[in-house]
Amino acid sequence: MWLDVSKLTEAIGRIKNLRVFRVINPWTTFAFLCAALIAVPLVTILYYLLEGPSETWHHLADTVLLTYVLNSIFLVVGVSALSLLFGVSTAWLVSTNTFYGRSFFEWALILPLAVPTYIVAIAYAGIFDYTGPLQQFSRSLGLEFGPNFFEIVNLQGVMVIMSFVLYPYVYVLCRAWFANQSSKLLESGRILGSSPTRTFFTLALPVARPALVAGTSLVMMEVLNDYGAVKYFGVNTLTTGIFRSWFSLGDISAAIYMCGVLMLVVFLLLGLEKWQRGKAKYDFDRSGGKPLTRYNPTTTKKVLATIWCSIPLLLGFVFPVLMLINWYMISDTGIMDPAFATLVGNSFSLAATTAVLGVAVAVLLIYSIKLYPFWVMRILGKFAILGYSIPGAVIAVGIMIPLLYLDNRLIQYLEYFLGPQAGLLLTGSLVGLVFAYLVRFLAVGYFPVESAFRKTSDQYLGASRVLGIVPARTLFKIYFPLIRTGILSGILLLFVDVMKELPLTLIMRPFNFNTLATRAFELASDEMVAEAAAPSLVIILTGILPIILLSKLVSGKK
Amino acid sequence: MKINLYSGFLIGLLACVFVSCDLGTTGNVVNVYSHRHYPIDQELFSEFERETGIRVNVVSATADELITRLELEGERSPADLLITVDAGNLHKAKTAGLLQSVSSSKVEEVVPPRLRDSENYWFAYTYRARAIAFAPDRIDAATISTYEKLARLDLGARVVMRSSENPYNQSLMASIVAHLGSEQATEWCRGLTGNFARNPRGNDRDQIKAVAAGQADVTVCNTYYVAKLGESPNAEEREVFNKIEVLFPNQQDRGTHINISGVGVTRHAPNKDNAVKMLEFLISAPVQHRLSVENHEYPVRDDVELSPYLELWGEFLIDTLSLEKLGEFNAPAVRIMDECGWM
Repeated sequence: MWLDVSKLTEAIGRIKNLRVFRVINPWTTFAFLCAALIAVPLVTILYYLLEGPSETWHHLADTVLLTYVLNSIFLVVGVSALSLLFGVSTAWLVSTNTFYGRSFFEWALILPLAVPTYIVAIAYAGIFDYTGPLQQFSRSLGLEFGPNFFEIVNLQGVMVIMSFVLYPYVYVLCRAWFANQSSKLLESGRILGSSPTRTFFTLALPVARPALVAGTSLVMMEVLNDYGAVKYFGVNTLTTGIFRSWFSLGDISAAIYMCGVLMLVVFLLLGLEKWQRGKAKYDFDRSGGKPLTRYNPTTTKKVLATIWCSIPLLLGFVFPVLMLINWYMISDTGIMDPAFATLVGNSFSLAATTAVLGVAVAVLLIYSIKLYPFWVMRILGKFAILGYSIPGAVIAVGIMIPLLYLDNRLIQYLEYFLGPQAGLLLTGSLVGLVFAYLVRFLAVGYFPVESAFRKTSDQYLGASRVLGIVPARTLFKIYFPLIRTGILSGILLLFVDVMKELPLTLIMRPFNFNTLATRAFELASDEMVAEAAAPSLVIILTGILPIILLSKLVSGKK
Repeated sequence: MKINLYSGFLIGLLACVFVSCDLGTTGNVVNVYSHRHYPIDQELFSEFERETGIRVNVVSATADELITRLELEGERSPADLLITVDAGNLHKAKTAGLLQSVSSSKVEEVVPPRLRDSENYWFAYTYRARAIAFAPDRIDAATISTYEKLARLDLGARVVMRSSENPYNQSLMASIVAHLGSEQATEWCRGLTGNFARNPRGNDRDQIKAVAAGQADVTVCNTYYVAKLGESPNAEEREVFNKIEVLFPNQQDRGTHINISGVGVTRHAPNKDNAVKMLEFLISAPVQHRLSVENHEYPVRDDVELSPYLELWGEFLIDTLSLEKLGEFNAPAVRIMDECGWM
């Protein structure tokens, strides 16, 4: 015989024994699939970028592109700076000083996170409006200001407003840092006789860099993602540019080029930080140690601290919410209206589905990396959470195109079975929308679950393997109870983020489908601001609950 | 046990979502893509459902988004009707091959020829004038009696306008291009932007408020926004209404520019019969009456009672230009606005 069977079997056996094949199993396949699906929008955009620009893109590049880029950068830089100012200062005061209302501010300062930026923007446009409370009040006092005195509906206005909504990202991370991670260092500084101010500037601030960077990056992502606030204020940015290229100019390829430029800005910002940090390492004490003993400043300083902490809380939360409540009172929106109930139902079920699915995916993904901790798997994990740095509008564009393609393929088969009424299956369906949310928000569920996993021991894995228990059972029986808090936090955070989401939902929402967010924005854009108050308030209320719960969880753990 | 609770909750949720996912775009329905999101529209659709037993599904978005969506969906689109607040967009949809011609004797009888497409691809069911609102104590009506006068150098920086992205302004610009030609229209646009008291921002009502507040003396806005201020629950907004006056420009020559709320049946409408029923419903006398009295739009029928505001302003000469021209001249109009820096 010319073929030696035994040699062939041996060869097959050798191939099978290759490391690559040994690790192909449901877990690794799942991780790979996750990363592949998340990659869909990015690959789509890359593919179209390589196709070359269209006529419309040239026109845009010649006329308006520079303004878009400059406005976006101005917003990113301005909002980051102001968020750092308010986030870091309040975090420092709250975690290292005693003053009036400290424990109240500790959680209340997070509240602006519950309010989407576009709703705050709409509220402020109303507050400063000619017929708004501020101007009415000043007129009733007989005060005369110039006609442009109350003008806030512009680039600078939207920058300041965004800062007051987004500073909590910096605040939350810095607070945790000051209170736990660097407490030993700060105590040492104090023992060596350093004044509070000096400790802050020379010790706390430089060492807190990872927290500052993480918080500020979240702020930047949110700024670039925003569509509602800038659109309402008539400020043209790269994100509104995507909408304009696609919808007004009807050129999807120009929209994709706009996405490309936006992604370039995102990667530049991320790269800039990496480059600037250089080889510096920020090691910290994970065990945390005992919380810091707080400074006890003079009464005047305590009052000043209280006032300073009230500013962002009032501006980012209290005033806009009061304006919305006022609008709600004068409008005749019926909360009990069935149409309104549908709206609430839509938002809630969408948010709940995405939250549960997202966290489930995150748990499985992290667990499979834990089971097979190769570098490939780790990279897949990093890749899967990339979506959070991609603006919602970009994800929508990147998903709509392949979905349409798939639909047009699929429809040929469907029509064969179902007849001509089959219709488009995926495009503009809830499945498509939830998928897009997962791509965008997976990281939101991923981080809390990952940190919960990190606190568990790997020994359980070995132990259950020795006992012959399959990994899936280990996950459910052993790890699930251990990471429950992480899962709960992940679900809550994801839930709130989906409730607030606007640009992606606007593009991808199904037929006959509105969420509280899209309805509120639509009503406000159609000059029915008062009617937009009810859906806005529901979004804010649902956003507050998880924040309070999470805050309790975090402080409970301490 | 916890896990079972969790998973039960999960499955329940998923079931809810997929049940509500039953899109119901087929059966005895009519699917409407609409750029109009007034509360009254929802009421009218409900009434249509009661009268005919046909379910109305609505997708609301801007006309641009809806047209893009129709294009993407192609022949599989579930949409039967496209409703826009601007003739330019209907023309855009027609030339993109997204609409179909409809012959309905009822519609042809009621809607005057100049308020519909020459080939019956779309019809207006209400219209509104793009009038001039001004502060009578600061500016003489005679100096702003035409759109052309708003661009005159001697007027000074006393005009506020909203953004050039707004379809109402694009159509106004298109009408100017159609009447005056590109060259003069560019000159007009340059003059007008030169007279801006501030950079364009906000909506129609914001412009009117800016005039009342003294940021500027004159603006161009849709008539029904003025009426809405007049009946606002906010006393300050009613005060704004009292501070300004409305003027219908170009009454001595071509007439005041108008725009429409219009509707067309989509090219691949799966429920065409129901769509035509909806068309006829929208131009029926009771519906027209409600649109005028409750929403202060001008009805296309001449046999219905007008809202008190429309009565107050009286009859006016309407621009003779065919509405199709607004769509035709949209592209050059946008280009000119870009060139002149009308943001």
